[in-house]
Amino acid sequence: MKKLIIITGIVLIAGMITLSFRELPATKESSFATLPKDSIGSVKAYMSVYKVLMSARCMNCHPSGNAPLQGDDNHIHTMNVQRGVDGKGVYSMRCNNCHQAENTAGPHMPPGNPKWGLPPAHMRMVFQGRTPRQLALQLLDPKQNGGRTKAQLIDHMANDELVGWAWHPGEGRTLPPMSRLAFATQVRLWIAKGAYAPSAKAK
Amino acid sequence: MITITVNSQRHDIDVDPNMPLLWAIRDILGLTGTKFGCGAAQCGACTVHLNGEAVRSCVTKTGRAAGQNIVTIEGLSSGNNHPLQLAWNEMNVPQCGYCQSGQIMSAVVLLRENPNPTDQDIDDAMSGNICRCGTYQRIRAAIHKAAAMQAEGAKS
Ligand code: FES
Ligand code: FES
Repeated sequence: MKKLIIITGIVLIAGMITLSFRELPATKESSFATLPKDSIGSVKAYMSVYKVLMSARCMNCHPSGNAPLQGDDNHIHTMNVQRGVDGKGVYSMRCNNCHQAENTAGPHMPPGNPKWGLPPAHMRMVFQGRTPRQLALQLLDPKQNGGRTKAQLIDHMANDELVGWAWHPGEGRTLPPMSRLAFATQVRLWIAKGAYAPSAKAK
Repeated sequence: MITITVNSQRHDIDVDPNMPLLWAIRDILGLTGTKFGCGAAQCGACTVHLNGEAVRSCVTKTGRAAGQNIVTIEGLSSGNNHPLQLAWNEMNVPQCGYCQSGQIMSAVVLLRENPNPTDQDIDDAMSGNICRCGTYQRIRAAIHKAAAMQAEGAKS
């Protein structure tokens, strides 16, 4: 009985977090909800976040090299496209020379977003090849995550327009394995419960 | 009505803002030096400058160009005498010629930002422009030549 009450309590709190954030407009979140520290629950939430980050729509712009990736098989972008200093390409190969402010209609046409690009050369924010633990530590480290606090990290994942493109990727592109709302909820739970990184063995 | 400035000339054109800029340039303004290759940002034949950047006009909507400056191959120089055009002539770069205005428009951006490019810089800048005739070696040589001509011109 006691157990049931505790579980119901946790479900309710999680539900409240989800609902209250659902109301939030897409603006900067400067603080974040906390729950009692729970390394198991935190890591569990993170592992579902990790699955999204490693999906093609996210990872293709967080490559380990200096070329973006394409397709569900994460092949290197054709045409020898390069990151460039600002992450927006080089010379006559700037991202938005082809990628417009919105997806161009039709299969195999360039996807688009006003902020289209890779992370800049000084802050490469690599996802490709990172283990769950490595990526968690990297995401939490302001020196490697674009100088973000935990609140800003949540805000980026939950509200950033370019991140949101992953759920509107245009014709012929698969979606991340869960909805954006579910993703944002898992990010919040991960951090609310203590922002634990999984063990080095986690896959 | 959309106002676009092409090769320093203002045009008011009555088109759907979703019309590809390439169509406006070729079909409405009659500037046919810019070519249609793939229509999907894959080949570079349609490259023009939008505020100095080498955009693919087949996927750039005319609405994006409203109020902006566009330069096509016809407007690159007053007497076909941009160093790249001179070098292209001298090295007999084109074979069929279809890709070449796009090649030159891309090379212009490269030389503007990097007056003395290495082979690697040329690869990085030019890999989005495909040539079915395979004139790549002459394109490379002509870019090096134009860079040298530009440097000479700057000295004299
Ligand atoms: S026609 Fe525009 S890139 Fe091929
Ligand atoms: S010269 Fe024929 S396609 Fe380039």
